Amino acid sequence: MPSLKDLKNRIGSVKNTRKITKAMQMVAAAKLRRAQDAAEAARPYAERMNSVIAGLASSVGGSDGAPRLLAGTGDDRVHLLVVMTAERGLCGGFNSTIVRLARAHANQLLAHGKVVKILTVGKKGREQLRRDLGDKFVGHVDLAEVKRVGYANAQDIARDILSRFEGGEFDVATIFFNRFQSVISQIPTAQQIIPAQPGEATTTALYDYEPGEEAILADLLPRGVATQIFTALLENGASEQGARMSAMDNATRNAGDMINKLTIQYNRSRQAAITKELIEIISGAEAL
Amino acid sequence: MANTLQFDLVSPERKLASVQATEVQIPGTDGDMTAMEGHAATITTLRPGILKVIGPQGTQAFAVTGGFAEIGASAVTVLAERAIPTEELTGAVVDDLVAEARSLVAKAPADQKDAAEKLVNDLLALRGTGHH
Repeated sequence: MPSLKDLKNRIGSVKNTRKITKAMQMVAAAKLRRAQDAAEAARPYAERMNSVIAGLASSVGGSDGAPRLLAGTGDDRVHLLVVMTAERGLCGGFNSTIVRLARAHANQLLAHGKVVKILTVGKKGREQLRRDLGDKFVGHVDLAEVKRVGYANAQDIARDILSRFEGGEFDVATIFFNRFQSVISQIPTAQQIIPAQPGEATTTALYDYEPGEEAILADLLPRGVATQIFTALLENGASEQGARMSAMDNATRNAGDMINKLTIQYNRSRQAAITKELIEIISGAEAL
Repeated sequence: MANTLQFDLVSPERKLASVQATEVQIPGTDGDMTAMEGHAATITTLRPGILKVIGPQGTQAFAVTGGFAEIGASAVTVLAERAIPTEELTGAVVDDLVAEARSLVAKAPADQKDAAEKLVNDLLALRGTGHH
């Protein structure tokens, strides 16, 4: 049985914890709004880019001169997995769900005799993957210093990936990130970016292309890679804040429950102590 | 008054402009072109240059560094990697862009050297126009 003083201290410390988690939840809520706005603002560009690439790809795709970013290297032996996680923890299952998906993917590829290389974005994923897949790491992108993810960050990552592709380091690249659904639900997603997988062409309009279709496609595909990475970074950013918000909401509620429980325990023991003292006084008086 | 078309300028991070325009002057890779209402559907890539939008509300100009334009009969959409309104285009901004392009030249593999150098030259030309 803990003493009254111990209980009081514990209640105090849990109250402090609750204050912190509450503050973190509110900060996450504010950041989430900003992240959602950013994701919203980036959508028109990405959509237009994808639809143009899809249109071009469907007309160029079959020909021999199709760029390698679209047609692939003709092999699928070496896979590059780009695992995008957060720089910070305390956001529920956010990081683990991405890592779990990436690990399952990697193990499946390894079981099929493929070569797996891993590029990590965000240090949490790196930490979690280091133990079993650490020897597969080929690089790491640190975004800890970046306050707001900009297109320039996505371009840097894309440039890194593209130069590796041109250097023949891999055949297929897949990015892993959490797609933002709502505050309580983020969907870990694997998306193949090289070779490009353009969706079905939605527009039937016939365009004149200037310069030629293939030249435009060769110019657009690297941009498409950067755009997809940018979209993933933004989705990830919103998901991270959403996950943190609900995790901190839970933590705040748990702290509240714990405070209630401890307070009841504290009151009971206080009452017990008083009763005990009374009994002692009364029985002392009776003995006289 | 001439018929207008819908003009949208979109960068990866946000929508920069969405206005009605009578004509849009686009710095295409193969040469400048002006799109007006009823233009044949065209997709062109951009080279760094000045994009000019002339509409009922006046003229807006942006320096763009690359991307592409989708021209339709009643709408023009420009997807620019970076677009800066010319009022904000100071020598320092262009110098930054030029420096960045130069560093790309240094890193570019041999077969892309020409393209990278062309980018530097285009940007230098842009600086010329930006000052006036």
